[in-house]
Amino acid sequence: MNKEWPLYEVFIRSRSGLSHKHAGSVHAADDQMALDHARDTYTRRMEGVSLWVVRSDQIVASDPAETSAFFEPAEDKIYRHPTFYEVPDGVENL
Amino acid sequence: MNADEALLTYVLRVADNALITGQRMIERVAGEAELEEELANANFALDYIGQARMLYTYAGELEGEGRSEDDFAYLRDTQEFRNFLLAEQPNGHFGDAIVRQFLFESFYLLQLEALADSRDKRLAEIAARAEKEIRYHLRHAAQWLVRLGDGTDESHARVARSLAEQWRYTGEFFAGDEVDSILQSEFRGPDLDALREQWLANVTEVLEEATLAVPGETFMATGGRQGLHTEHLGFLIAEMQHLQRAYPGASW
Repeated sequence: MNKEWPLYEVFIRSRSGLSHKHAGSVHAADDQMALDHARDTYTRRMEGVSLWVVRSDQIVASDPAETSAFFEPAEDKIYRHPTFYEVPDGVENL
Repeated sequence: MNADEALLTYVLRVADNALITGQRMIERVAGEAELEEELANANFALDYIGQARMLYTYAGELEGEGRSEDDFAYLRDTQEFRNFLLAEQPNGHFGDAIVRQFLFESFYLLQLEALADSRDKRLAEIAARAEKEIRYHLRHAAQWLVRLGDGTDESHARVARSLAEQWRYTGEFFAGDEVDSILQSEFRGPDLDALREQWLANVTEVLEEATLAVPGETFMATGGRQGLHTEHLGFLIAEMQHLQRAYPGASW
């Protein structure tokens, strides 16, 4: 029997309106404990208003070996950046 | 006994419960099997010490003789402490500590809820703040009790034994005296009979989920609130006060 508790990834929303950000990970025996451990480990200094935890083995991650196929084709397609528009005078928040 | 004396005694009792419980948890620091539980335990201990500090400071003001929080914590002898006998019981194994925390915090949370509505503003403020902390502590202890009770045969047997051993210290929670009566009549303090009923209902609910039987009627040990303690408190106090006793007035 594996005696090590499974790993959970912790995501914290620091303020209402912002999105959850990855903060780190904790070990826990079940979901409820994972939430408590996340609270005790990562929100001691008022870091957040909402917590998500998810079993690390439930996360589907991209393969580091496939980095070039995954991400490099975007490198030479600068036309995908919204930098080719004329910004009308007086528009401040764009 | 007049109302002021009763209030002072009451505040000291609550403060002593917080300090002794916190000290017991501090003894477990660096002894947890898991890093995350280690952090939780240390945080909880500090919550308790923080509560004790606020209460002792208030007690010093009520008393009006210039005693500080440190004077109450470090310069009183064992028989001057007014904490529950349960609070001073040794940590034992993890399940023992969880059962102790669960039984006490099930009471303490209800006590704080009632005190948050007290006519004494200062006590009400301290209680309202502590209540949030203890609500989380209790959640933690209750979840662990369910995990252990409804866990393996071994964990079930162990916490069942912890429960049987510590249940005898819970009667003291509700053994009211003149101080409690005055607090209730003059300051809208807790109604201990109502608290007992609520406590038993809450505790029963968790024990059932943990597949543990509620212990039946049994002998209830009392005396903590009168300063008559079990032999364990003396050792705890000796360690806690060692520095101030060996080097009076030491500070850093």
